[in-house]
Amino acid sequence: MNWPALTVFIALFVFVTGLGFAAARWRAGDLTQLHEWGLGGRRFGTWVTWFLMGGDLYTAYTFIAIPALVYGAGALGFFAVPYTVMIYPFLYLIFPRLWSLAHKHGYVTSSDVVLGLYGNKWLALAVGVTGLVATMPYIALQLVGMQVVIGAMGVSGEGWIGDLPLIIAFVILAAFTYTSGLRAPAMIAVVKDVLIYVVVIAVTIFVPLKLGGFAPIFAAVPVAKLTLAAPVGDTYGAYSIYSTLALGSALALFLYPHSLTAILSSSSPGAIRRNAAFLPAYSLVLGLLALLGYMAVAMHVGTDPAYADGFKTYGNNFAVPALILSVFPGWFAGVAFAAIAIGALVPSAIMSIACANIVSRNIYRGFIKPHATNAEESQVAKIASMVVKLGALVFIIFVPVPYALQFQLLGGLWMIQVLPSVIMGLYLRMLSGWALLGGWVVGTATGTWMASLTSFKAAVYTVTVLGVSFPGYIALWSLIANIVVSVVLSLLLKPFVTAAPILAE
Amino acid sequence: MASQPGSEPKRHWIRVLFILPFISMLWVSSYNRLTPELFGFPFYYWYQLAWVILSAVIAGIVYKVEH
Repeated sequence: MNWPALTVFIALFVFVTGLGFAAARWRAGDLTQLHEWGLGGRRFGTWVTWFLMGGDLYTAYTFIAIPALVYGAGALGFFAVPYTVMIYPFLYLIFPRLWSLAHKHGYVTSSDVVLGLYGNKWLALAVGVTGLVATMPYIALQLVGMQVVIGAMGVSGEGWIGDLPLIIAFVILAAFTYTSGLRAPAMIAVVKDVLIYVVVIAVTIFVPLKLGGFAPIFAAVPVAKLTLAAPVGDTYGAYSIYSTLALGSALALFLYPHSLTAILSSSSPGAIRRNAAFLPAYSLVLGLLALLGYMAVAMHVGTDPAYADGFKTYGNNFAVPALILSVFPGWFAGVAFAAIAIGALVPSAIMSIACANIVSRNIYRGFIKPHATNAEESQVAKIASMVVKLGALVFIIFVPVPYALQFQLLGGLWMIQVLPSVIMGLYLRMLSGWALLGGWVVGTATGTWMASLTSFKAAVYTVTVLGVSFPGYIALWSLIANIVVSVVLSLLLKPFVTAAPILAE
Repeated sequence: MASQPGSEPKRHWIRVLFILPFISMLWVSSYNRLTPELFGFPFYYWYQLAWVILSAVIAGIVYKVEH
């Protein structure tokens, strides 16, 4: 048991818990209204939006998994950097438009937007359910990050006792989300970011100092891993894998319910645009974090007997905790682990709120009780946020981790299928709801089928055109099928469908 | 959708700058090499990190021109 680390960790955790409950009184609003509880009253300016978006774009899983991928696979893991480079143009160009539409009509979720655009409640349901299905394992995966750092502090036990710290952390999370809504993660996100920055800066100064600069760090990595394998013959090989993973991830990111929640809770389109210029500060941190994988290689943590148990239990996900333990004194390791754990709490809270908004607005009000009052709707959301988190907790305790990873992989390729409905509809009036539903079915089926060919173990499928192979991210290939079907069906159905009641201006 | 007065800035040709991050990042073969190094970083790494900063600068320029 690492007592100095554990003490600092618990102190920081208690502090943010207090903050989470106090957040209910921050810019106080009527929390019985869904847009107050679930969108913080749409009053978050540039800075809070920045923290909130950063809070859910860069999650504990990112802080653990990306360095782990770089640690294990080398250059391929760096795809996270071009991916974040490509998200900002989308953020700047597309999302202010979505915000304006949502603000004008009081939309809370992407299903609301789709219902408003096409008047097709089945398409809205498909979009909502896609969000729910894709997000739940994502929340569960936040817990993986938390589990790894709790394990790294030497807290362990047999059976349910071993899961107890995780259960306590989650009960706390559920309680303050229930009482404070989106205000809680928004407030905690500020603390989390300060901690993360301190840790990242400390690591990127101390490790190179210890090893004599960055050159020895890269020198410790086998040369073949430092760049992508150049493709040979009629294939784009690693190049098309790298670029499609980056582009596909960038396209999917802002479609997740929790990203949309952060965007819709900002106070103006200007706040979103300014964020497109400020958010890259997170990407730099992400790039540095990715390099922690190489630092772990250079520190030889993988062969250190002190960490053998950790690697055995958590695989490459243990690379960053092992690096932190090997470089820093116990108390600072506590700060670092708290940063990662709080970094898991924030997105978990935002994700569960986003799912809750879908359940109450689009399933409860949309299909079960259309005339529910605003207070009832908000109450259902609060309960749904608890249920969603409970589901994630059960998931992590009873489902082995590799399985959860495969589920998340599917989540990403399902999420991207709502892009034609949510985004293209903002620009094209020719699309019809039923055609988009057809495209969604084809895209989801194609993607799921491609993934099933690898037994859901890989995200890559090889498409061959005129004898040239393009191995690439399944999400992107299935999205193309989706778009083609949506557009063609829209044209075919045009004579039979009266123009959708698009957007009462 | 009719534009909402006040919320949409005047669209400007400067937005074409946003194509640069896509061209540079998707053209993987242009940066998949080790040299020249910078501060001990192989080219592959510092080039992609430099694009993080460049993309922020581009978003900043577009915002300035439009507002």
